[in-house]
Amino acid sequence: MKGALLVALATAAIAAVPLVASTYHALLMLPFMAYAVVLLGLNLLFGYTGLVSFGHALFIGLGAYTGAFLTTHAKIRSLEIILIAAAVLGALVAVPVAALCVRYVKIYFGMLTLAFGMVFYTFVLKFYRLTGGDEGMPFLRPSLLGQSLDAMPKIDYLVGPYYYYSLGVLALAAFGMWRIVHSPFGLCLKTIRDNPTKAETLGIGVTRHRFYAFVISAVYAAVGGALLGPPTGNVDPTLAYWTHSGNIVFMTLLGGFTSFFGPVVGAFVFIYLQNWVMSVVPYWRLIFGAMLAAIVIFAPEGLMGLVSRRRPASAARA
Amino acid sequence: MQKIFNLACGSFYALGAYVGVSAVGWYVGAGGPPALFIVPLAVAGLAVGAVGVVVERGLLRFVYDRDETFQLLMTFAVVLMMEDAIRLTWGTAPRSTGGLYLAYGQVRILGATAPVYNLIVIAASLAIALAIGWLLTRTAFGRIIRATADNRDMAEALGVDMRRVYAKVFTLGTALGTLGGALVIPATAAMSEMGIELIVEAFAVVVIGGLGSMRCAFVGALAVGILRSIAISVYPELEMLLIYLIVIAVLVVRPRGLFGGAEA
Repeated sequence: MKGALLVALATAAIAAVPLVASTYHALLMLPFMAYAVVLLGLNLLFGYTGLVSFGHALFIGLGAYTGAFLTTHAKIRSLEIILIAAAVLGALVAVPVAALCVRYVKIYFGMLTLAFGMVFYTFVLKFYRLTGGDEGMPFLRPSLLGQSLDAMPKIDYLVGPYYYYSLGVLALAAFGMWRIVHSPFGLCLKTIRDNPTKAETLGIGVTRHRFYAFVISAVYAAVGGALLGPPTGNVDPTLAYWTHSGNIVFMTLLGGFTSFFGPVVGAFVFIYLQNWVMSVVPYWRLIFGAMLAAIVIFAPEGLMGLVSRRRPASAARA
Repeated sequence: MQKIFNLACGSFYALGAYVGVSAVGWYVGAGGPPALFIVPLAVAGLAVGAVGVVVERGLLRFVYDRDETFQLLMTFAVVLMMEDAIRLTWGTAPRSTGGLYLAYGQVRILGATAPVYNLIVIAASLAIALAIGWLLTRTAFGRIIRATADNRDMAEALGVDMRRVYAKVFTLGTALGTLGGALVIPATAAMSEMGIELIVEAFAVVVIGGLGSMRCAFVGALAVGILRSIAISVYPELEMLLIYLIVIAVLVVRPRGLFGGAEA
């Protein structure tokens, strides 16, 4: 039960951040939690099913734009409704996309997801009246659990109620994903990743399972995307650009796609490191590109892989 | 050909464009006759293709035996690095070659006015396409390249030094990318985002034409170019959207490309 203890400790640590650390650090935790939700979903596809999507920014963008649209145009401010709407919309869009994409694997899968991502990006960019074009659109402050918190100063709102709301969503998402990957369904996915032919002969519907994994990961990405909106108060098309898809794959790889919590660690390290590097030199891509190359060459299992290599007995392959 | 989907080819294109701008700027500054500006442009474009050797030897060779995913991520790492390397060297403002675009004047063909420079570039790209076609189909080196693309292990068993073939092919591809970037630059301006934008278009070209075939890529490029111009004049909102939708349709219906061979 060392693992459970670690998770409880980590959760407690995250919960304590607004109380002990500066507001600045607490604010940085907000995108981290949103990305963590996205990456939990992405890794169901990447780490557990062996499919690398270069188009998941589509679903992040979709979730974020759903929230922005509901708060500005439809006057719906309840974050619960926004998250549910993002999840439903993510699933609805993912069904046709997944149905087409999962017929392919490896590079073709990556290319097809990238193409779909760019379709959405162009849509967001060109249909100005609906999406605000390249300026994006505002994401008004959502109400939490029916409480309108408009009177609160923005910072207090973000590091207070919104912070714990995000943490709650993340905990729920992680718990759900944990159940998914440890269910018979999750085992099927791993079998498919390791040996699709054998999985097929064992009677597992390979394409069908990949399809479900894709849709679930899209729902996670949409929910995470919706959580990204409120801290900045604005959504713009770069959320859906293909380099954003690349960045989230990078985060997953950085943390370690072979481990359940690897992507969460990856999101954390990525965001803090990016912030720190950008405060020193503006050229974070140069440094991160070199880092990515180094990870690909020397540590393909990411940070969690490095940790578990030193302690081979640990349960890194959760 | 190398069976590597190179996300970084757009970055090489951008690099070629910037180097081209600098070369022309230096050339004009040194008092060279404007009529010959295409010479330093092309030379610079080709020369900077040497960066391909560095990327191939320094990074890509480590991932040939890995999963394709890692190859993709490696080229993504190159994309990130190149974008900032360009910003670091040339700054963020767009750069252009000034008025040299029309140095060759304009001609009227079929009732339309076209800058002569465009015609030169079209002629040059045709010549390059023919040269590549000749290289691949008529020379021993071309046969080796095609053989390694078909069956790498067999080619290696027959005594082909894979490392050298890959290094050469990758460098050649890079040089073509940088040359293309350099040649296009008098007509537009170099921007640091051009690389990551081009990649999506290049990808559309390759997919529509069919992977792993030069002739198909050429047809694909034509198709994308024509479709874009039609879409722009008919319904501008649809311009790129249309391209992606066609890409998806092609990938779904004929993953080997519209003009590619049958499923192997």
